[in-house]
Amino acid sequence: MITLTHYLVASALLFSIGLIGIMTRRNVLMILLCIEIMFNAANLAFVAYARAWGDQAGQVLVFFIITVAAAEVTVGLAIAILLSRQLNTLNADEVSALKW
Amino acid sequence: MAEAVCFYIFAGLMLAAALAVILGRHPVYSVLSLLAVMFCLAALFIMLGAYFVAALQVLLYAGAVLVLFLFVIMLLNLEPETLARMRVFTLRAGGTAAAALLLALLVKIVVSGGDRPFAAAAPGDGTVESVGRLLFTTYLIPFELTSFIILAAIIGAVTLGKQHTSRK
Amino acid sequence: MVTPPPGLEAAPQGAWLSWTILFAPLAAGAAILLTGLNRRRFASTLAIAGLLASFGCTLRLFALALKRPDLLPIQTAVSWINLPGFTIQFGVLIDQLSLLMALVVTGVGSAIFIYSTAYMHDDEGYSRFFGVLSLFAFAMLTIVLATNWVQLFMGWELVGFSSYLLIGHWYAKPAAADAGKKAFMVNRVADFGFLLGILALWAASGIGGAERTFDFLALEHRLTDPAHAAELPLAALPLIGLLIFCGPMGKSAQFPLHVWLPDAMEGPTPVSALIHAATMVAAGVYLLCRAFWLFEGLPQVLTAIMWVGGITACFAACLALVENDLKRILAYSTLSQLGYMVMAVGLGGAVAGMYHLTTHAFFKALLFLGAGSVIHGTHEQDIRKLGGLWRSMRWTSATFLVGALALCGFPGLSGFFSKDEILVLAHENNARLYWLGTVTAGMTAFYAARLWFTAFTGKPHGHAGHGHSGSQHAHESPPAMVIPLVVLAALAIAAGYIGIPHFLAEMPQFHGEEPGTLHWDVAATSLAAVASGLGLAWLVYQQRAVSARQLVNALAVPHTLLERRFYIDEMYAWVVANVQQRMIAGFCAWFERVIIIGLAVNGIAWLTAGIGRTLRLAQTGKVQTYVLAFLLGIVWLLAAASRQ
Repeated sequence: MITLTHYLVASALLFSIGLIGIMTRRNVLMILLCIEIMFNAANLAFVAYARAWGDQAGQVLVFFIITVAAAEVTVGLAIAILLSRQLNTLNADEVSALKW
Repeated sequence: MAEAVCFYIFAGLMLAAALAVILGRHPVYSVLSLLAVMFCLAALFIMLGAYFVAALQVLLYAGAVLVLFLFVIMLLNLEPETLARMRVFTLRAGGTAAAALLLALLVKIVVSGGDRPFAAAAPGDGTVESVGRLLFTTYLIPFELTSFIILAAIIGAVTLGKQHTSRK
Repeated sequence: MVTPPPGLEAAPQGAWLSWTILFAPLAAGAAILLTGLNRRRFASTLAIAGLLASFGCTLRLFALALKRPDLLPIQTAVSWINLPGFTIQFGVLIDQLSLLMALVVTGVGSAIFIYSTAYMHDDEGYSRFFGVLSLFAFAMLTIVLATNWVQLFMGWELVGFSSYLLIGHWYAKPAAADAGKKAFMVNRVADFGFLLGILALWAASGIGGAERTFDFLALEHRLTDPAHAAELPLAALPLIGLLIFCGPMGKSAQFPLHVWLPDAMEGPTPVSALIHAATMVAAGVYLLCRAFWLFEGLPQVLTAIMWVGGITACFAACLALVENDLKRILAYSTLSQLGYMVMAVGLGGAVAGMYHLTTHAFFKALLFLGAGSVIHGTHEQDIRKLGGLWRSMRWTSATFLVGALALCGFPGLSGFFSKDEILVLAHENNARLYWLGTVTAGMTAFYAARLWFTAFTGKPHGHAGHGHSGSQHAHESPPAMVIPLVVLAALAIAAGYIGIPHFLAEMPQFHGEEPGTLHWDVAATSLAAVASGLGLAWLVYQQRAVSARQLVNALAVPHTLLERRFYIDEMYAWVVANVQQRMIAGFCAWFERVIIIGLAVNGIAWLTAGIGRTLRLAQTGKVQTYVLAFLLGIVWLLAAASRQ
């Protein structure tokens, strides 16, 4: 029997994988990609709860999340392009001017 | 039975693809692996009876967002990432450990919630019509507001991407 | 709290008189120092007026005391500090002892003030001099009229301070500045023990369930009250007595804290006369008499006191034998006489001590003022360069002779009677001290006669053509200086006949002493000593029958010892330089530099900077580090939240 717990564990796993990706990848675009993974994990959790509680608000929220993620990716990629133009690098380690 | 098999296949595929995303060397491979993740996720959505959302996932997320990513990657002509140096080792190790810790906590929390099978879904749940109805009644205002978010994103992207070579 | 004397129709302003005595000089001094530093005549007139006002009020109260001795003591005081369990008053205590001392201070003081108008006439700091002198008068009267230990200590310190200012009146002269400093520091050492004694006495005074007090009358009553004799801290009282005696040891320059008095001669001669002969140095003896009820029952402390006094007397007389500076001879003479007074108190004769204090004030002030007159007329202080002054300075010489004879104890003069009282006491109580006192009397006669014969008789020694220094060009001093000399000479003659000890003996605490009776055996012995001293001096210095040089060569070693003052100054200098400066001060400096500044202050700064330096490493500027930190925070929150 597949219960809510299964879906939630899957979501948690996906989320952690995204998190690991954020902390280990050095390319800025790859970091953005891993953020997308985390979004998707959240979406899964929402839909699972929506099914479990019979409340479709979860699915509506997923709709919004997808929309906002699209917008955010747009701007994020624009910034990444700017970054590559200004600093000639997309290495996250080198984008550290605001340090001690 | 079939449900369980489907779940495990799609969930397993999803997680494997996710691992491929974070471990992939070439950026394009990572994007394509993410594509796989999204498809599997769409399948899981359908299993959960969220048909509209599944369609949206494929259309918007996989179809638009990832394509955009691909465009930018190819535009910037990225090279495969080099092996991480020692300096980042602590970050990777620490980060992995912390994420594992988070995972453990989340699982603990989730499991403690009890194990109840799904009740039968109401007919018409998760269809375009029912979700749309919700969107245009209860959640009308957030729906309209998202248009503003998209507008802001468009303006932002255009402004940021503009080349300032006109000033001479 | 004003206690008007009962049944006092003659002088209803008893309180006003008391306060005037104390505050008139203060008002004069403050006015001079604040407004009159450029107005010379104003300064001197105001100062003299202030002190004469005090003198007048003292005379008025004295007349009252003669008429109605049963009214004394009169205490007029206001509450100064009023805390639960700790009260201090400020006021005026009038009894025979304080009246006598106040008369001496204001009377001799007035004479010296008048003398100073002529002596300091050419001085730049004329007004400042009178201002500080008035301040000194106030401080001295605070000591004399104090009702409690704290007020007395306040006056004690203030006279020390005024003395410092006055010794260093010519502050541009390094010797004067150093002398002032030395006086102040030696007194500070003594006052430390004194203060400890006062506080210990206060702590022990809570007898019979009453609140602890500093008040003289209350303490006297409590300590001598037989009803509560069992509660007295008998083991502590001798120590308290010794500690309190430290004060007089410093102020009255007893051995070994005598070193500041000869150096104090750097100050102007009126200062030497007033402070270092007549009044301030006598304050120690006054204190011993004021607190006699404390010392009376402590035989060990009295023994210590009388031996310190006796040793000082003899020691100082020895040192005076080889001095050649006019004022220094008189300074050592003062030391010697102070020793006599302290010895008298130690032998149980407070009345005798005060008697000698009074006569000594007269003839020693006379001698100092006479010396000042000589210095004023000849600009010379070395007696070997003087001579034959009795021809050119008649009045000065005559009065000086009277003073010198009184100092020796010539029969008929006041000094004879008072010194006799002391020798009688010694004869009755301690044979060794009696012989010591008699030998000292002989030495006193010798050096006084040496001074007279060398400086006043014989041929004048001035250098012709050496300007106006030396006795060839000596001239008599102006009347403002001569008249006080005459007045003091009269007092030096007459003070033995006016019944001072009888007046004092009316005080309840001095009832045990019977003054004024003449013991012929003691008188004869002392006269023999004096005569031999005078005779020897006459032989050596006048007749030149025995050559002084031969004597010096014969007694070379003792002579050197005396000339170097037993190397005591060198010993003190060594202790200060090595023990105090190197060890204690050096350790303190090290402690401050390394531990306080280095460790505590700089250390805290270094620690803070170090913590900051460490903490800022968290700001790497890399997003992924921040994500990790964020994640750790969330993990911790979730862990805490899911602990149920």
